Amino acid sequence: MDDLAIFWIILAAALATYATRVGGYVLITRMRTLPPRLEQALNAVPAAVLTTLWAPSFFTGGWDIRLALLAAALVSLRYPPLVMLAAGWAAALAARHVLGL
Amino acid sequence: MNKDIIEGLKGGAIVALSAAPFAVLFGAVAVDNGLSVLDAALMSALIYAGASQLVGIELFGQQVAPWLIVLSIFAVNFRHILYSAAIARHIRGFSPAQKAIAFFFLIDPQFAEAARRTEQGKRLTMSWYMAFALVIYFPWLLFSVLGAWFGSMLGDPRVWAIDVLLPIYFMGLVLGFRRKPGFYPTVAASMVGSVVGYYFVGSPWHVSIGAICGVLVAALLPLPAQPASTEPVEEPAS
Repeated sequence: MDDLAIFWIILAAALATYATRVGGYVLITRMRTLPPRLEQALNAVPAAVLTTLWAPSFFTGGWDIRLALLAAALVSLRYPPLVMLAAGWAAALAARHVLGL
Repeated sequence: MNKDIIEGLKGGAIVALSAAPFAVLFGAVAVDNGLSVLDAALMSALIYAGASQLVGIELFGQQVAPWLIVLSIFAVNFRHILYSAAIARHIRGFSPAQKAIAFFFLIDPQFAEAARRTEQGKRLTMSWYMAFALVIYFPWLLFSVLGAWFGSMLGDPRVWAIDVLLPIYFMGLVLGFRRKPGFYPTVAASMVGSVVGYYFVGSPWHVSIGAICGVLVAALLPLPAQPASTEPVEEPAS
């Protein structure tokens, strides 16, 4: 992708993001409240989108990434995100450089 | 300085510190996926939403159609609609120009803290709001650039396992939602949809297919007795 294309994508993404930050205000001043089923669907959007960004690498990737994700998931049950990230990263490094996966 | 500004700076500084590593991560991964340091800086300055910036980076690396990158960023940021709806009645004192500026900075912790302040019975002032916002915004930008600069010196990302950081980061965000109602059916549907889509249709369509599956399942789940809340999602870097 050339530099100019990347620039326009970033600009469009910035406008789209700003639209989400103004959008609720515009909606609420017109509609008062959101229909509950719509609100429930909107609430689920982040989890639904974000899942698609790691699930395929877990199920179709190598054992290095699988071990890293498993280690991170276990650590995340008790520790903050940064510790989780460090644990997963350490597991991936170990899998590649120690176990040779 | 008035009390609101000092409180805003203090509260924002904590958020800025905890977001700094994620800004560095964003910068490093951006360069790893072929973006320049300037592109990374532009994304942090103009989009200013950590998780969605990383989504964009992930897709930039995969030769995905431009509109799909923009749509995916839009989808991840869609939750902000709930924030600006919830905050509307607390900012009646802002002028239209102040509102327009304030909405640009409406990230997860900004909403969370603003909501907490109004629940404590404090008035939401522009001086508190902007002090809190800017003390997060500028470090976010600075650390993104530092991360990008650092990332451009690392060399092969596989040796340093930079490539596993994104999936881990996204999985961590998802696990952070696990106490929200409807979490398990939504994520299971999205997981099945994305993996099946990845096998039979191919990348990048697995993103849209999985997301649509998850959102549809969430919409069809029984409604809770009380209306769903607009609690901010727990997300460190966004």
